[in-house]
Amino acid sequence: MSASRRVTIVAGVLLIASVAGVILTLRLVDQNRTSATLEEVLYISSPQAVKRLSLGYDGLLADIYWTRAVQYFGSQHMMQSARYDLLAPLLDITTTLDPHLLVAYEFGSHFLAGQSPNGAGMPEKAAELVERGIRNNPNEWRLYYNLGFVYYLEMKDYAKATEAFAQGSGVPNAHPFMKILAANMAQHAGELETARMLWQTTYATTKEDLIRKNAVAHLRALKVDEDITELEKLVAAYQQQTGVNPSSFNALIGKGMLPGVPVDPDGKPYKLMADGRIELHNPDDFAFVEKGLPPGFQPKPPKF
Amino acid sequence: MAAIDILGLEKTYQVGFWRKRPKQALKALHLSVEHGEVFGFLGPNGAGKTTTLKMLMGLVYPTAGTARILDMELDDPRMKAQIGFLPEQPYFYDYLTARELLDYYGQLSGVPGKERPQKIREMLELVGLRDAAGVQLRKFSKGMLQRVGIAQAILHDPKVVFLDEPMSGLDPMGRREVRDLMERLKNEGKTVFFSTHILSDAEALCDRVAIINMGELRGVGTVAALTSSVQGKIELVWQGTTVPTFLKSLNAECHVTRETVRAILPEQNQDAALDGLRRERLQLISLTPVRTSLEEYFVAQVQPNGATAGGRQ
Amino acid sequence: MNSRIFHIAANTFREAVRDRVLYNLIAFALLMSGAAILVGQISIEIERLVVINLGLTAVSLFGVVIAIFIGIGLVSKEIDKRTLYTVLSRPVRRWEFITGKFFGLAGTLAVNTFLMAIGVFAALLYVSHHFQKSDGWLLVALYFIALQFVILTALALFFSSFSSPLLSAVFAFALFVIGSFAEDLRGFARMAHGLERWLATAAAYLVPNFSALNIISSVAHGQPVSGQLIFYNSLYALIYASMALCGAVLIFERRNLK
Repeated sequence: MSASRRVTIVAGVLLIASVAGVILTLRLVDQNRTSATLEEVLYISSPQAVKRLSLGYDGLLADIYWTRAVQYFGSQHMMQSARYDLLAPLLDITTTLDPHLLVAYEFGSHFLAGQSPNGAGMPEKAAELVERGIRNNPNEWRLYYNLGFVYYLEMKDYAKATEAFAQGSGVPNAHPFMKILAANMAQHAGELETARMLWQTTYATTKEDLIRKNAVAHLRALKVDEDITELEKLVAAYQQQTGVNPSSFNALIGKGMLPGVPVDPDGKPYKLMADGRIELHNPDDFAFVEKGLPPGFQPKPPKF
Repeated sequence: MAAIDILGLEKTYQVGFWRKRPKQALKALHLSVEHGEVFGFLGPNGAGKTTTLKMLMGLVYPTAGTARILDMELDDPRMKAQIGFLPEQPYFYDYLTARELLDYYGQLSGVPGKERPQKIREMLELVGLRDAAGVQLRKFSKGMLQRVGIAQAILHDPKVVFLDEPMSGLDPMGRREVRDLMERLKNEGKTVFFSTHILSDAEALCDRVAIINMGELRGVGTVAALTSSVQGKIELVWQGTTVPTFLKSLNAECHVTRETVRAILPEQNQDAALDGLRRERLQLISLTPVRTSLEEYFVAQVQPNGATAGGRQ
Repeated sequence: MNSRIFHIAANTFREAVRDRVLYNLIAFALLMSGAAILVGQISIEIERLVVINLGLTAVSLFGVVIAIFIGIGLVSKEIDKRTLYTVLSRPVRRWEFITGKFFGLAGTLAVNTFLMAIGVFAALLYVSHHFQKSDGWLLVALYFIALQFVILTALALFFSSFSSPLLSAVFAFALFVIGSFAEDLRGFARMAHGLERWLATAAAYLVPNFSALNIISSVAHGQPVSGQLIFYNSLYALIYASMALCGAVLIFERRNLK
């Protein structure tokens, strides 16, 4: 049977070689597919059309489009792109196919609403999305939370935010802090503390990895903003007392205003500039900060 | 060097889905066929004839043993170019015409393009299908398919031809034609190996036969040698109307007709029977030796309590 | 050796034609004509889009059906009907048989696709009255569709070498659907963890990537295709088909025919 054995060996070797070849070539193919091919991802751009063509397999298709939305966002984010044009339609299609896919609404409330380059910068669209979610899932307290979130943080519409949190707190099994948030909106709108509460709540309650990481980045930024606000107050006080800007933190320490050199959440010391401003040691490491950046510095989105 | 050398070919199938049980389709077979022989491979259905042929053709792989045809390995293409095969109840590509089929097979067997049309014409003429050359095979009758089958088996002028039940399903005319063809092949010096369960054909055509039953070889040899090994019988006919009692102990088969009684009994009881007839004063009409047929031998070998286990008596 | 493969391929082609496979072209022609006329009457500025999308999708789907329906029987039918006996008793090696069958069906599909391409271009001409330069990319899309057929034929043949026609059809069709969502499968894999991630990634790489070969909507918008992509896709299809064929050869080589 030597001829047969020969054939078996050759075919076997070729099989293994071609398996390797398949994998390698596939990677090469991938590299050559332009981002325009992502448009193909939305081969049909109308959500209604997709639903009709789904032949009833809505759930599976919704999952597929959800995956694509996350992938799309992730890859655009990694490329540090400032545009997320396809995110809204992708989330639209996902939620049309499966209106009960709560995580899609949550995702939209963060990344559709969030400002560029971290998000699509479409808070109105995000609010619309979540409102549709609420219509379809009126007893999900989390959706009211997402809505309030968008109104508060991105659209700065404190009235609507309060309304959303208040409505949400009335829903059965609502998280207790919904009431607290509603109350806080009324009194402490616009304060750092309120923002921190929101982000901490997000961090504690979300199941999505990306959203959690986003929350961490925001919390860090809030800490920095808080720190620098305090330091600025101290510098101003020093100036009032001595008439000049402090030359370094040691001056402030000498006056008993600071226990030691202040450090940022990474443990690196803040920099005291000649004109009295405080700057971060590594501004690149902190996204979303509003203070502590050198003039003309362009913040980059966080790396997830 | 024999034309076909079978050395311990064996096939055991694993039957069943979950718990596989072995089923032995063919026990170790040792056989050889000489050049120019017409060799009959006999046995009842399910005896292992087709299994053997399939192993020789490389369609099924043996679980043990080997075989050589024309002193070459079973998967040697050079060997395959010199053999022809007609399977049992063949089925061919029914969308092809007879001519196209033979052309296709000719291509695969390596018959040079220039010679093919001529050869195909000859073959079709030989098997009597000249008029049906352009007809699609799906319109062929069973007999016609069998003839096309033979044509494709000998188209490339092979040295050894394997035929599996070549007469099956044919009417007497058809069978006669196939027998004539096989005679012709023999006259051309080809080796013919065919399996059948129609013993009269084997008797008429074969130089040697092998009898196989339940996967086991039960006898090999010339027809004459095999049949002579079976006990001879004689036929006694006498005037009478009843079966005499003494015949009962003589292992006789009796038939009573209007005026005569006919008894067939073993040769060795001949004298005792004649004595008995004389004692009873019965008139003997005839005493004839019965020519033992291969069928007798066959049946004897194939019975479960049958004489010997393989080999000659 | 080569001539035997060629003869087997030619015979497979002949079988397909006589099996009236090419009659599907009539259904296709009717479809394209109907669509072109309908769209031409409505004239809503997207006639070209509809004709290209519909036409290419039809070419793809018709071909997939043919590839699967004929492919699944390529080997199993010959074994069932025992036509294989008289072929293998000749100096034809089993792997030559498999390869010949493959080229026969692939050739049939190539011819079928070519004829359909003419139909698509004819319909396009009818609705837009002239060709645009970007229409050339349609040829690339058609070429990629043909590559899909090559892969699918090899897969159907692979299943046919050991499985019944029904099961083969199910497997082949399932792989076609999954392969069309291969990108998403990799997306799922990236989002999974641990063992699932490993399994999903392995599956995503081994499943035929039909989504990379489907550029219908981008050529409908007249977008160009890079030469490198054409090259790599061709290479991919070739290697993938070889993989499936090697599998078929290996399985068929040791098979006991009933």
